[in-house]
Amino acid sequence: MNWTAIKAIYLFEMARFFRTLAQSLISPVLSTSLYFVVFGAAIGSRIQEIEGVSYGAFIVPGLIMLSVITQAISNASFGIYFPKFIGTIYELLSAPVNFLEIVAGYVGAAATKALFIGVIILITAFFFVDVQIAHPLAMVAFLLLTCLSFALLGFIIGIWAGNFEQLQLVPLLVVTPLVFLGGSFYSISMLPPVWQTISYFNPVVYLISGFRWAFFGTADVPIALSLVAIAGFTSLCLLVIGWIFKTGWRIRQ
Amino acid sequence: MPPILNISELRKSYSDGFEALKGVSLQIDAGEIIALLGPNGAGKTTLISTVCGITTATSGTVEVGGHDIIRDFRAARSMIGLVPQEINLEPFEKVINTVRFSRGLFGKAPDDAALERILRQLSLWDKRNSQIRELSGGMKRRVLIAKALSHEPRLLFLDEPTAGVDVELRKDMWEIVEGLKADGVTIVLTTHYIEEAEAIADRVGVIAKGELLLVEDKENLMARMGQKQLDVQLSEPLSAVPKALEKYDLILCDNNRTLTYSYDTRAERTGITKLLSDVSAAGLVLRDVVTRQSSLEDIFVGLVHEDMGGAS
Repeated sequence: MNWTAIKAIYLFEMARFFRTLAQSLISPVLSTSLYFVVFGAAIGSRIQEIEGVSYGAFIVPGLIMLSVITQAISNASFGIYFPKFIGTIYELLSAPVNFLEIVAGYVGAAATKALFIGVIILITAFFFVDVQIAHPLAMVAFLLLTCLSFALLGFIIGIWAGNFEQLQLVPLLVVTPLVFLGGSFYSISMLPPVWQTISYFNPVVYLISGFRWAFFGTADVPIALSLVAIAGFTSLCLLVIGWIFKTGWRIRQ
Repeated sequence: MPPILNISELRKSYSDGFEALKGVSLQIDAGEIIALLGPNGAGKTTLISTVCGITTATSGTVEVGGHDIIRDFRAARSMIGLVPQEINLEPFEKVINTVRFSRGLFGKAPDDAALERILRQLSLWDKRNSQIRELSGGMKRRVLIAKALSHEPRLLFLDEPTAGVDVELRKDMWEIVEGLKADGVTIVLTTHYIEEAEAIADRVGVIAKGELLLVEDKENLMARMGQKQLDVQLSEPLSAVPKALEKYDLILCDNNRTLTYSYDTRAERTGITKLLSDVSAAGLVLRDVVTRQSSLEDIFVGLVHEDMGGAS
């Protein structure tokens, strides 16, 4: 492994993040605070407890997931799309690095940024609601796996995208609906039976359910199933990326 | 010593059937500067891109320092530096960071002293903390070179390094290339400018339509094809070459007002003195005397033209 190259890519990408640190942090903190004010205080006070948890606290795992997934995808997709767009990709393609090293650098940096924002949102949440974390280790593990797997998805989107519109397309049209309908703001059990069945086809349900279990000890789906789902999703993304680099799809002529 | 670059029967076809390289073979020795000349779309950039790993070859092999570029890509690519034709740089990044990134990407441990030496050599040291977007076009091109040199490559590809730059900068670039050669770096450059090849290359290759038409020592090439002409311009037109001057194989042109004499500059006697005294003895009045030398350009145009003609 060319660890020096991985480190170089990782640090270069992180430098971009730190250059715009204020922007990177203000936006998620502000939007999370708004969610807490609206859903937690204004509407949440009229909603009864869900599975023994106040509504304000109940939405914390979902809110973190929403931001983490969005950030992981946008950072990773932009990270690899930008060199394609401005042409600096030539350097990556001509460097003595293999695809695993390129992915490790870009996805590692995007996942770190997403993790950073996830932690900031968790800290913000403590200011608004009383959050208990029943299984801290599991919480960290789910958070890390989510950052990683969605950064992988973002990387694929960045390779696929031919322009900035396409770069926004998947997050807007696919990911945001999946996250909102994945039980970020409600329990799947609150849905009518038909919609519950449909929801089980949404991969994000398993993530949020597992993450919520780590906080409150209750889940929509068994925790083992959540783990299998996220492991399967990560493997699928890795397989696709492996294929991309093997064939040079959209990057090498 | 084995060649530092050994290209053998390299072919590249695109999915639309276009054949960009049609079996190119080329050996380059360590320490030389070779210029690849060719019109647009000749396959120069494809050749470089394939050697560097940006484009995948359809068939053929390439070895860099004895390392196959596919099987042993790490060792091969570590030896190569590439300066692309387009100015591809991240606009908001600082010069020093982008150069540091390049060095790391090629697996070299951080070495600020080495980077300082490279940046100083390229007159970029004062600009090291500037963002790329603040630099002039010429400076940006130097940053591209600094990036390519950051990992201390043994083989440097310069893809049209002076395309669209002013004369002064072009001269600067030539000096940089000379300096690199003195450091023992082998340089392959592509260019449209014949004068560039003439000024700095040891060998010249001519590419057209994906084929390497010729690779030859520049001096030999120019000597072999480099005849010189003397135009004797007359005050009054002639009806024919005077009998006394027939032995010089003169050509009467320019509405019979100019006598053109071809000679070899390396010959012991060029015959110019004798010719001019015979012209005077024949009673002809001179208006002017001009000499012309075949440049690489004439040779190049001749070769490419022949090839195009043959293909059509």
